[in-house]
Amino acid sequence: MTRGEENVFSQTFEIQGRNFGKAGNVSTKIKEILKEIGIDSSIIRRTAIATYEAEMNVVMYAQRAELTLNLTPSMIHIRLVDSGPGIEDIELAMQEGYSTATPEMREMGFGAGMGLPNIKKNADKFEISSAVGKGTYLNIYIYLNQKRR
Amino acid sequence: MKLKEIQRILQAEVIWGSEEQLEIDIEYGGASDLMSDVLAFGKPGTLLLTGLTNVQSVRTADIIEAKAIVYVRGKKPDLESLELAMEKGIPILSTTLMMYIACGILFQHGLAGIADVQEKK
Repeated sequence: MTRGEENVFSQTFEIQGRNFGKAGNVSTKIKEILKEIGIDSSIIRRTAIATYEAEMNVVMYAQRAELTLNLTPSMIHIRLVDSGPGIEDIELAMQEGYSTATPEMREMGFGAGMGLPNIKKNADKFEISSAVGKGTYLNIYIYLNQKRR
Repeated sequence: MKLKEIQRILQAEVIWGSEEQLEIDIEYGGASDLMSDVLAFGKPGTLLLTGLTNVQSVRTADIIEAKAIVYVRGKKPDLESLELAMEKGIPILSTTLMMYIACGILFQHGLAGIADVQEKK
């Protein structure tokens, strides 16, 4: 449940770390679900981009994660909890261009230090917290009935 | 500009795409090998030019709602990428031209860049 509002839809997905072949499956599934429900296409697009970046971060850095899509009458809420190395300096990680990616990750077309800034850019509200050695926790909120600022 | 016209100008091979899909209109193009850049700046309807041929290139094109992909430097998609492109209905072209030249030729023929379109709006 999000902010006391009732969910009209909720589903939890599992993301496996290091599984580059499957990376993006969850975002694509979420895109399809939101399309079927009839959500505005620009909102679906922003949700898909933010979710895809979050999913890639899990695939690149973490062992596994659970991603929950909650849809309420007023917003889309994506909650992601991963088991992984965590982020030491969140402020630094939020800077465009900062990256700890390996060459393998860069070969996949990711790891350019744009992931977290891209998530923030596409969200109306974004929360991130992390415990080093344990994992990272993300909340992405996208409002349904609001023009983009 | 029609995708068919783009194919002709770039002397590109159609890896996948129907005759009907080659008739689609492309308004603007964007080029990058970095998928995060594409996610950050790509607009719906973009023609994506890239040298990255793995499945993430198709996945990214689908997420940003790109209309088609052109692989440069003669690159071809792997089987997984091709299957996803077919599933998502995204036409795939391959040109032997280098990225810079492919972009330059398209720009010269009047295909706008994403930034130009943003400025106009």
